[in-house]
Amino acid sequence: MTDGDLILNCENVVMDYDGFKALNNCNFRVQYNELRVVIGPNGAGKTTLLDVICGKTTPTSGKILFGKGINLVGKNAEDITKLGVGRKFQAPSVYGNLSVWQNLDLSVKRPSKGVFPTLMGRSSPAERVRIEETLETIGLSTHAHDRAGALSHGQKQWLEIGMVILQEPSLLLVDEPVAGMSDKETEQTGRLLTSLSEKQAIVVIEHDMDFVRQIAKIVTVLAEGTVICEGTVDAVQADDHVREIYLGRAKVAH
Amino acid sequence: MPEQPVARPDSRETVSLYLVGVVLLVVLPLLNVLTPEDSWLHLSDFRLNQFGKFLCFAILALGLDLIWGYCGVLSMGQGVFFGFGAYCMGMYLALQIGTESVYGSELPDFMVWTQVKELPLFWYPFKSIVGGVLGAILVPVLFATLFGFLAFRSRIKGVYFAIITQALAFAAWLVFNRNETRLGGTNGLTDFKQALGFRLSDPSTQRGLYIITVLALGASYLFCRWIVASRAGKVLIAIRDSESRVTFSGYTPWMYKLFVFVVSAGLAGLAGMLYVPQVGIITPAQIGVLPSLEVVIWVAVGGRGTLIGAVLGAVAVNYGRSVLTNYFPEAWPFILGGLFVVVVTMFPDGLLGMIRKVTARKDTPAPVSNADGRTAA
Repeated sequence: MTDGDLILNCENVVMDYDGFKALNNCNFRVQYNELRVVIGPNGAGKTTLLDVICGKTTPTSGKILFGKGINLVGKNAEDITKLGVGRKFQAPSVYGNLSVWQNLDLSVKRPSKGVFPTLMGRSSPAERVRIEETLETIGLSTHAHDRAGALSHGQKQWLEIGMVILQEPSLLLVDEPVAGMSDKETEQTGRLLTSLSEKQAIVVIEHDMDFVRQIAKIVTVLAEGTVICEGTVDAVQADDHVREIYLGRAKVAH
Repeated sequence: MPEQPVARPDSRETVSLYLVGVVLLVVLPLLNVLTPEDSWLHLSDFRLNQFGKFLCFAILALGLDLIWGYCGVLSMGQGVFFGFGAYCMGMYLALQIGTESVYGSELPDFMVWTQVKELPLFWYPFKSIVGGVLGAILVPVLFATLFGFLAFRSRIKGVYFAIITQALAFAAWLVFNRNETRLGGTNGLTDFKQALGFRLSDPSTQRGLYIITVLALGASYLFCRWIVASRAGKVLIAIRDSESRVTFSGYTPWMYKLFVFVVSAGLAGLAGMLYVPQVGIITPAQIGVLPSLEVVIWVAVGGRGTLIGAVLGAVAVNYGRSVLTNYFPEAWPFILGGLFVVVVTMFPDGLLGMIRKVTARKDTPAPVSNADGRTAA
């Protein structure tokens, strides 16, 4: 693996919250068009890892190189979004008082998202086609004009994934997408993420091991803010160190 | 069928709006001019003038609804911007008094009492109507730009923003009360005689001012409608619903907040500018904490996030005040406070929500209220 293949290269990232190191010399690499799943016990630093990548928090030290060597550390969230990092939050965060269509329309990647261009902005036919395609992809075509607040939990999660897709990110960060979903919704979400990974790199945080098996090729195990193991699902589950960390937790060693 | 997700008038409401516009712009002035004074149809000069005042308040309420109802940012300092607009116009009118003043001096009366011998420099632009009108809009706009930039840039949000704007209202009240501010102290500016050669005491001048106010309200309403219908208007609602999502969609929320804050300040300035020649006086009592809070009550009572509700609330509450203070002058603050509590707890969609519920057609589903109590139909 050479550095040229990497879309994301976190080097020795430390996130120190007044002495508590949520990330402790974390080294994490993702290749282009890879679907990577990150697992780990509660408090391992999984969400913090996504937070420092997307600019929600600034790491105490370390480098986060994105794409052709752009260091994301110190950049604000809006700029990182424009560079092509999309973030799907754990709790569905959609605009409840807008329609599904309007939610997607606001999320479309545009040259400027300043006040005045947005005030004058009209959707181009090409943008409308893209929104319709996205509605198709996330399975919400029949709900285009529903109020987003009236959608089910699973539908909101898909809507938010759709919103992030329309930003055309080259790296998509997804935090526990299937929490609270039914089995059928979980499976659909798995298919959705797998198909998306053909076009962009995706990092998924997940607890549900059945789901991890469905989508993952390579799994990264995070514990106490550092990567302890990386490999296929089977290899990771067979690893003694991982078993030790999860001792008493039935999640991996089932 | 899925309904439009955001409160917007349906076709019947649009027709009603045009009707109300025609009534305000044509019918009321005609009832004032054409009917004999003893006719039951007659609208007295006093009532028409009073209506003009209410419509100024409606412009002020529109601005607050834009920032609070749509963007979720509660500004409790709208009275300050109203005051800036009112004082700018007031300064122009005070200089128009000329030697008709009590002391016969070219200087406004209060300057004579307070031993000011020469017109202070900052009064000079207000010798012309252009200065008065431009100042009434630009002073609030520039002030809101600076204040909003500092506040929103530092990510001051929610209740903290409400508190600092309230502090601003208090500070402004203190400053305007001082004689050293050279704006008439606690007595404010009053005793205006004329503008552009029209006598303010003349009913036809007041009628003209009333018509200008109706037109200004119509233009302000259409301007706000245009903003909320645009994609930027959707961003405002999105900021209210999930600010972090907006950030991670590539927008910069504080710039949008600054934009609506500045627009609301400009509208407040316009309202103040039109208020002064119709009411004939502006004092610090009209710009402090309480007047700023009252605007919040009008908007809440009328129905937040609807624009029409803001206009309705401003007119209804002020009309209610003018009627009820005749009968129960002491009880008015309690009635106003009680009204606010009842509306917020029991009718979160306000008067407009109630009207929409009552007039909703049987074949269309009733407006859906969402978690924060806004009409969704």
